Amino acid sequence: MRTHRIPPLVAAAALLLGPAIALAQTGDGPVPRTPDGKPDLQGNWSNATMTMVQRPQGLAKVLTPEQVAAMEGERQEFIEERSQDSDPNREAPPVGGEYTGNPLFDAASGGTGGYNLFYIDAGDRVARWRGEPRSSLITIPEDGRIPGLTTAGREHAAAVAATRGEAEPYDNPENRPLAERCMLSFGSNAGPPMLPNYFYNNNYTIVQTPDHVMIMTEMVHDVRVIPIGAKPDLPDDYRPWFGVSWGHWEGDTFVIETTNISPEQLAYYGQIYGGGVGNPIITERLTRVSENSLEYEFMIEDPETYTSAYGGQVPFIRLPERVYEYACHEANYALFNVLSGARAQEREATGGNEDR
Amino acid sequence: MLRIFFAAPGRSIGRAAVGVLLASLLAASANEAQTSTRGEIPRLSDGRPDFNGIWRAIGNHHWDIEPHLARPALAMQEGPVVPVPANEVLALGAVGSVPSGYGIVEGGGIPYLPEALAVRDENRERWLERDPEIKCYLPGVPRANYMHLPFQIFHSESKFFIAYEYAGAVRDILFEDPGPPEVDSWMGQSYGTWEGDTFVVRVTGQLDQTWFDRAGNHHSWEMVVTERWTMLGPDHVMYEATIEDPATFSRPWTIRVPLYRDIDPNARLGQFKCVPFVEELMYGELRKNPIRTPER
Repeated sequence: MRTHRIPPLVAAAALLLGPAIALAQTGDGPVPRTPDGKPDLQGNWSNATMTMVQRPQGLAKVLTPEQVAAMEGERQEFIEERSQDSDPNREAPPVGGEYTGNPLFDAASGGTGGYNLFYIDAGDRVARWRGEPRSSLITIPEDGRIPGLTTAGREHAAAVAATRGEAEPYDNPENRPLAERCMLSFGSNAGPPMLPNYFYNNNYTIVQTPDHVMIMTEMVHDVRVIPIGAKPDLPDDYRPWFGVSWGHWEGDTFVIETTNISPEQLAYYGQIYGGGVGNPIITERLTRVSENSLEYEFMIEDPETYTSAYGGQVPFIRLPERVYEYACHEANYALFNVLSGARAQEREATGGNEDR
Repeated sequence: MLRIFFAAPGRSIGRAAVGVLLASLLAASANEAQTSTRGEIPRLSDGRPDFNGIWRAIGNHHWDIEPHLARPALAMQEGPVVPVPANEVLALGAVGSVPSGYGIVEGGGIPYLPEALAVRDENRERWLERDPEIKCYLPGVPRANYMHLPFQIFHSESKFFIAYEYAGAVRDILFEDPGPPEVDSWMGQSYGTWEGDTFVVRVTGQLDQTWFDRAGNHHSWEMVVTERWTMLGPDHVMYEATIEDPATFSRPWTIRVPLYRDIDPNARLGQFKCVPFVEELMYGELRKNPIRTPER
């Protein structure tokens, strides 16, 4: 899904006059409630945005209207340029690929046209939190950056890196990233914390009952089941994907606490979890603020790994569309081809020519 | 018993309907009388039966939905006297044996067209290569509902969502008619309506690669599954599914299997994300240094 661009003048007015005007401008409605009186979190949602997790150097927390216009304008131009019909008479890309210079697009296509823009939906707007255009999703600490690692955190990160270095990345399926193996959603999409993947399908389905909240991430149909109640009594080494979660209502905000995230997940999302030396506690807060908006806040506490706690704010926008099945493993030609390609390269390098 | 039939608050029942219901009551079988003793069914605020909970089938239907005796293994090879388990499963011993089952197909057998029956027999012969469950592929409907692993229903006035433990499969059953499926998928498109207290789900748009069980029973992409979910009491659901697929079967046929609630107050849906469990099977030969020698 792509959101429509809002003319800069309207955006500036919304910024000056606050959320009430913004609601009026977008025709947004009041907070729906379930029969038991709780805010209704249910439906399909998207957290796609151009705003990155960490704040780029040189930017303030709140972007100026000029910065917003420049960032969104550039993305829009790129989208329009890349949405043109392909030239049917174009040559094959050169050996080694043809890179556009746009990191998003180059990562997706590998310079060979693997994915064109039709498949990509990385967000075309900066994140607006209560009308405020943000330069990063992280807001704590003040600099919008993930805090530094503790000594133990650094040692663990180095140990993980050394372990990974024992094998070439193409030697075994287990050396490939979790997403490429179709084990988990891309980036920290399912989380926690639930962050955009800056690629595509940043969509979620939420179902809410008096005693549960269920959040499905479109990517790899990852499901988080959050029972409402006390922390379950589970040993520290019971570490499922997405951890063990439990929730409660604080007024109109649904609060999710999570521990015991799988060590493989902690190690994989290195940027978010710092390699995961310990057992981070992640607190998420979901507040429906209007018909079309859900406010998502997260906080990561892992004193063994980080020198301070950190957290952020991510707007979720109602997705007025269906979420389709993301069957990944069932047709994962990529993993097969990556491994068989590496074996073919090895045979070429050694002068072998037998087929596999 | 009366409460079971009349307990839908917020919905009026006409005089004619009452007459029909009374007739139904008078004709109620001993089975229905037993049902009423199981207790009132839970309901949502809109009066619909409340399907929230963790459910599972009990039995051996996931091995073979037709009546079958216990057998040594699913994969067999010729032996000097009688067939014996194939080399690939031999080490499992009795753990790999197939338990008997009385079947869940109404009337006993699946009404295959002759050529489709031949495919089923071939599937059974080549089970290790062909059963999508072996590769941890999404199970499709109805197979997902009577596998060996439970599933959790998240049901509200506006949503009916099923999260399956096996392979993390999911279904978002739509309350509004979405029209024909825009694309085929492993779990298909589900559209649910209510017939009284029965939730009727029409499942279309399923790929032809899912099976009904581990015994090679299969279908085509034309299959339409009509599910009927009926609560018999607070902890029991009768699940029925009628299969229509003229490319594979000579007539529609129906399966019927009870589902049981996990009544453990601490029960949680487990994770069975089995993709990493099958990587050695599917990609092991592509390792730089394979840990097993290629067969044959």
